[in-house]
Amino acid sequence: MSADAPPTPAVQTTPTVAMIRTLGLVSAICGLIIVGAYQSTFDAVAANKRIATERAVFKVIPAAKSIAEFVALPTGGVQKVGAGDTAAGAVKFFAAYDEKGQLAGIAAEGAARGYADTVRIMFGYSPDCQCIVGLGVVSMRETPGIGDKILTDKEFLANFVKLDARLNADLSALAHEVKTVKHGTKTNPWQIDAIAGATITSRAVGKAINDAAQVLLPKVVPQLETLKAKS
Amino acid sequence: MTPTTTRGWDEFMEGIWRQNPVFVMVLGMCPTLAVTVSAENALSMGISTALVLIASCGLVSMMRDITPKEVRIAVYIVIIATFVTVVDYAIQAISLALYDALGAFIQLIVVNCIILGRAEAHAAKNPPLPAMINAAGMGAGFTIGLLALGVVREILGAGTLFGVSLFGAGFQPWVIMVLPPGGFFVLGSWLLLFAAVERRKQRKLAEQGEVGQNV
Amino acid sequence: MTASIEIRSAPHVSGPRTVEKIMRHVVWSLLPICAFYVFQYGLSALASIVVVTAACLLTERFFVRTGTQAGSLSDFSAVITGLLLALTLPPGFPLWMGAVAGITAIALGKALFGGIGFNVFNPALVGRAFVQAAFPTAIATYTPSLLAGRFGEFIPSSLAWPFMLPADTAAWLQSKHLDALAGATPLAKWKFDGVLAGAGELLTSLSGHMAVGPSPLLILACGAYLAARRYLDWRIPAAILGSAGVTAWILFGLDPLRYPNPFFMLFSGGLVLGAVYMATDMATSPVTPKGMWVYGALIGLLTVVIRYYSGLPEGVMYAILIANAASPLIEKITQPTPFGKSAMTGMGKRRKGATYPLNPGYISREDAGAVTPKKRFLRNKPKKS
Repeated sequence: MSADAPPTPAVQTTPTVAMIRTLGLVSAICGLIIVGAYQSTFDAVAANKRIATERAVFKVIPAAKSIAEFVALPTGGVQKVGAGDTAAGAVKFFAAYDEKGQLAGIAAEGAARGYADTVRIMFGYSPDCQCIVGLGVVSMRETPGIGDKILTDKEFLANFVKLDARLNADLSALAHEVKTVKHGTKTNPWQIDAIAGATITSRAVGKAINDAAQVLLPKVVPQLETLKAKS
Repeated sequence: MTPTTTRGWDEFMEGIWRQNPVFVMVLGMCPTLAVTVSAENALSMGISTALVLIASCGLVSMMRDITPKEVRIAVYIVIIATFVTVVDYAIQAISLALYDALGAFIQLIVVNCIILGRAEAHAAKNPPLPAMINAAGMGAGFTIGLLALGVVREILGAGTLFGVSLFGAGFQPWVIMVLPPGGFFVLGSWLLLFAAVERRKQRKLAEQGEVGQNV
Repeated sequence: MTASIEIRSAPHVSGPRTVEKIMRHVVWSLLPICAFYVFQYGLSALASIVVVTAACLLTERFFVRTGTQAGSLSDFSAVITGLLLALTLPPGFPLWMGAVAGITAIALGKALFGGIGFNVFNPALVGRAFVQAAFPTAIATYTPSLLAGRFGEFIPSSLAWPFMLPADTAAWLQSKHLDALAGATPLAKWKFDGVLAGAGELLTSLSGHMAVGPSPLLILACGAYLAARRYLDWRIPAAILGSAGVTAWILFGLDPLRYPNPFFMLFSGGLVLGAVYMATDMATSPVTPKGMWVYGALIGLLTVVIRYYSGLPEGVMYAILIANAASPLIEKITQPTPFGKSAMTGMGKRRKGATYPLNPGYISREDAGAVTPKKRFLRNKPKKS
């Protein structure tokens, strides 16, 4: 402001020190509150997350009683989560054990684009029958009453009692691609019978399973012995 | 009639009826429309917002004498964000399912204009107790507003109320009610109802005024 | 107060064509179509038409009585809304949902905007869009036409209790020895199963067991009557059918295996009904001749695009609603040049519309001691005691 400017009414300016003092005080108080809240809820949140994961895995592998989290490395081989650094491109999956500690199955997540948004599903794979034995939905935003029938439609869920997911001879991919077919035309055990009127969502489920299984199973199946030893 | 209690009660009722944030001031529409697909979600969202509102208004009011006006917005936002984070953790600890259902809208309470508006317009000028009472009234008003939407949308959209089935298995859900347009329709209907009641009241008042003049 | 001057806005001379007369003729021309529809689907179709129309009329009566809406019951416009709405719904649509559609159509599509002439969107389509979003399963459940015994029994889904799920139509069809796919509309069959119906069959709607609406031929004939009497403008249906046909024909020419032939596009679904009766709604379509062509072409194009590239089998409804929303804009850009103003003088400059805003200093009501006549449409308002 130049010297000959008209005199402005005296504005009370706050010294910078006061501003910094107040901001510092507020930040300190707020920091304390947040740390306190984080500490006091940490155990409960972790327990909730574990329960949620277990519940999702138990749903897709009926015999499961306990789980362990693994990653399948891109180079082949599996590694327990928490043991060393996980390599880039590793695929996460869960190994589930029954009450005797025997390997009951493997659960993994898959995702594909549905009608409204990405449909994220979890499927259970049983090494005994080399098939998919359960389907759960992790998240979706499909039209209520149409697309969300994949949660409730009994005929559709019956597809996932024993869905063929055998590997081919050299264990590089699935012997038969898991595929969703039009309602009422399922002929092979690796096909999924779509829900009439909800074909797009049904297809998304099939694609999600196929994409995830094609990547994961060739890596995991040769390593089943490692998984059987519950550690 | 003690003046202080009456005043406190008036402060509280102000937010519930005369300046209801949802139906009269039409503030905080983002969570109002987004999370009210069920009564449970609406109630949790309303309570979370109310808690943040009360706590942050209390703290803002306590700090009002040492807050220079140049940095007041920064101070308010830091305080509000703190309590939102606390509520965020608390909900995760209580129920992950609820946390997933409310989604990003818990974090978005930070930018809910009701809270910043209350901090600026009321809490910064009043002592902590009245400020918190006023905030509690606003919070309760917001909760009632959300619940009004949530109840209608859940009954029509799913045939349930707080998860309890009302019509039995054969109910035909109105899919539109759980989609975003349903939120707009229900909110519009409530606003219509409130406006009609308000107009009627004013007409009555006007008529009484005319009668009084004639006498 | 001395002599009072009445100030009214134009028009000062009224023609013999009143709203009521136009609407009455539209209703008359709709009656043969409704009769054909009842002939196709029997008792359920009749009940659907009656219930939906009654719902529209009762809602209209409520809003006119409370004084929140212009117009009166006797102008037949609510009847048109009801009949058209019923014709766009599946014949076995549960009656209570039909009533919901009717109430929504008038309340949301018409009363909200202030009644007849003020609505932005075609009320019948607003009602249909609402139930389409609310009950997507029921509205996609069609039944084959011309079933034996259709005049003696209802389609079971019609008689669902209010708020309750309709009965399963597929099971009922099986008891009639028809498979569930017979209930799909030709458009749904094409979209989801790749089965094409013949254009001739579609044109008459008379070959048995097709889930189609009234015959496009009959609708065109009734529309031609209205156009001849100048109760609707022929440009709009012509533009819609032309643009849909050309778009479909171009796509068919590009890839005949993927896209159906243009005749299938034109005569399947509700395109003809929408083009003749819904898009021509006077309040929601442009008034300028050039604008009508633009508006119609937009609807035709959108219909084909929605049918081909979206998840829905039918696109007429959304196409018309979108064009309704665009029609004020279309009117604005297609204003004709006023008489005496050369089209050349405006070249280069922004062309002004033919609207002449009233100079606020032109009339001063206070000075003239003038009385503005009471708004006519409020005469039904209950008098204050």
